[in-house]
Amino acid sequence: MELAYGHPKSLKSIQTKYCPGCGHGVIHRLIAEVIDEMGLQTKSIITNPVGCSIWADLYFDFDSVQPAHGRTPAAATGVKRMLPDHLVICYQGDGDLAAIGTAEIIHAANRGEKFTVIFVNNAIYGMTGGQMAPTTLIGQHATTAPEGRDPINAGMGYPIRVSEMLATLEGTRYLARGAVNNPVNVRKTKQYIRKAFEAQMRGEGFTMVEILSQCPTNWQMKPLESVSWLEQNMITFYQLGEIKNTLSDAPASQAPKA
Amino acid sequence: MTEKTFMAGFGGQGIISLGQLWVYCAIKEGKQVTFFPFYGAEKRGGIARASVIVSDDEITSPLVTSADSVVVMNQDSVEIAEKLCKEGGVILVNSSLVKQDPARPDARIIHVPCNDIAIQLGDVRIANMVMMGALSKVTGAVKLDKLEAILKTFFPASKHNLIALNIAAVEGGKNAV
Amino acid sequence: MAEEIRLMKGNEAIGEAAIRAGCRAYFGYPITPQNELTAYMARHMIAKGRTFIQAESEVAAINMVYGAAATGARAMTSSSSPGISLKQEGISYLCGADLPAVVVNVARSGPGLGGISPSQGDYFQSTRGGGHGDYYTIVLAPKSVQEAADLTYEAFSLSEKYRVPVLVLADGLIGQMMEGVVLPEPIDPATLPRKPYAVGHAQEMGRDYNHVSSINLVPDELEAKNRERFQRYEVIKKELCRYEEIEVEDADIVFVAYGTSARVSHGALMMARERGLKVGLFRPITLWPFPYARIAELAAQGKRFLSVEMSMGQMVEDVRLAVNGKSEVYFYGRCGGNIPSQEEVFAEVARLLGK
Repeated sequence: MELAYGHPKSLKSIQTKYCPGCGHGVIHRLIAEVIDEMGLQTKSIITNPVGCSIWADLYFDFDSVQPAHGRTPAAATGVKRMLPDHLVICYQGDGDLAAIGTAEIIHAANRGEKFTVIFVNNAIYGMTGGQMAPTTLIGQHATTAPEGRDPINAGMGYPIRVSEMLATLEGTRYLARGAVNNPVNVRKTKQYIRKAFEAQMRGEGFTMVEILSQCPTNWQMKPLESVSWLEQNMITFYQLGEIKNTLSDAPASQAPKA
Repeated sequence: MTEKTFMAGFGGQGIISLGQLWVYCAIKEGKQVTFFPFYGAEKRGGIARASVIVSDDEITSPLVTSADSVVVMNQDSVEIAEKLCKEGGVILVNSSLVKQDPARPDARIIHVPCNDIAIQLGDVRIANMVMMGALSKVTGAVKLDKLEAILKTFFPASKHNLIALNIAAVEGGKNAV
Repeated sequence: MAEEIRLMKGNEAIGEAAIRAGCRAYFGYPITPQNELTAYMARHMIAKGRTFIQAESEVAAINMVYGAAATGARAMTSSSSPGISLKQEGISYLCGADLPAVVVNVARSGPGLGGISPSQGDYFQSTRGGGHGDYYTIVLAPKSVQEAADLTYEAFSLSEKYRVPVLVLADGLIGQMMEGVVLPEPIDPATLPRKPYAVGHAQEMGRDYNHVSSINLVPDELEAKNRERFQRYEVIKKELCRYEEIEVEDADIVFVAYGTSARVSHGALMMARERGLKVGLFRPITLWPFPYARIAELAAQGKRFLSVEMSMGQMVEDVRLAVNGKSEVYFYGRCGGNIPSQEEVFAEVARLLGK
């Protein structure tokens, strides 16, 4: 009999602190599954962000480093440069990556640092209680955008499409955007993660998988409502798929021109 | 023996190279040294100054505030020389460019036509080396008697063709005082 | 084999000493007056197959140090005062996570952008932690190019021994001046042992997984962690207090000065002694831990103290703490990038002695 389903070794079998309907748990599992499939548990290191997933070191069963808010790509740079044969995962939320850590992510990407960023985009600050994020959609409510994000009259700026922005940098080799709203997207997201990890272990440049994720608590929705909200609002703005693929095994149409 | 020298000129006259080579030779002659250049924000032009000390003993303050000797490479540096030279000290003046001597009757003022000697030798850029020769002869603090071997370790191999010229400049300076 | 004396700029000697100490990773950002150090590391670290990164900011650089230090590698960053302010966040995290690292401050005058000339205005920031939370870092204050090299070299092993960051506090004069230096023996980083607390090589180390972190939301646990760190600080205070004394024995007034101002004060001391004035010099080499006990002993002997600083008066507060009212403590300082001359320091001590 073949084991069809089980708990990944790289994820501890304990209950997480994440809210019902939150995407972090699924994303953690996908990372752990890919690590197990690649046999990399003892060679994996995750740098955790500041945000809800700061507790990732409680759940992942491999080494971790927890730096300051937004400095995750800088710390991951230090880790990966010292341990180039290890799998280094830079796990970040939208506040960590797209607000306070904008300089760090852009320059790590531009240097072509050979780690993989898992960018969890739920369009809100989770841990601090629902403040507006750089990726908060126009009109979306937040504690710091009580009437909804208003880029013009309230000067709150526009949602940032991080993956598309990073795609302009020469140092980035693989940028994909997935979601964890349904099984199809979960499976696709896992493929993106696998591609990115494999590319990293081959020593190719900067890789990132952005993952659209639900935050029912701070969106003030029931978990199921949050899934449909993500489908109707986020996926229409943040389009899913491979945004850039210049990896050595990329399909010919996407490979860099010789 | 402790010789505290203040060197002053304008950017491009090789004040920094002069000070560095002076202390480099001093180290090779077994002395203790400090060389502190006055650094600024601008990359070109402006003033070039350095506090330079060679000694047989441990050097205390690296700042030359009461100089045994002052090197004045241009007219604008005369004022600082007047201020920093100790009572009865030595002021070596690049007389090719300095037309008005420092107003320090107590000091021994020595004229060295550095630029003229350098031009005679074929390159005005070695005026600083002429001054180094004069400084050596007047103060005796650094002998500069094994210069060829020392310059070979100071200059990269690509510049070894300039060693003879530099030695000639130093000799020219020694002979001028 | 004894090394020959080399003529080096302080900034370059610090870089070479770090390389010889087995520094595997250097992360920097341009700022005057320490640029020669970053450039030296760029030339030599890359050539040796080690890591050099010109970071996007001082903030990024110190967090790269955090990542590299988390793997157990000897890692370093350097900057000058405004840049060191930016690094305080990262230094606090290094302390919180008990990671060793070496930070070099080639200090300039402030506050704000201030000037680029030498200053000792960062004494408070350096010796009181500097960032948020309960912590100290070891602070070493070189007075010469030779000592800058020696202390930087030693900073790496001290940092690992006590698992605290070490700050080398120089200033623009130490960084920019050239002196003779005999460099320490090179250590091959490959020969340094892997660290049990570090991430990476989990299987080879045969250990449980490591989590390098400074967070703890349980007050009792965080308090226990901080108390453990402060017990280590007590050990450091016992083992590491360093100072130099010059002609202190018969002195009526003792200069207390570190780094550049100690050199100047030594010059003033010699002027005073030539004139028969009984003046000594007490030079703290470790600014943290500060040699309170020795100053207290000297105060009990009735000696008076003149703290000479390139600041408006910062270390003088530690001197007063040490003296604790048992004797007189005076202050003489210049700031804004001015270095006091030995003549003016001599004049001040002569005035205090009524001569």
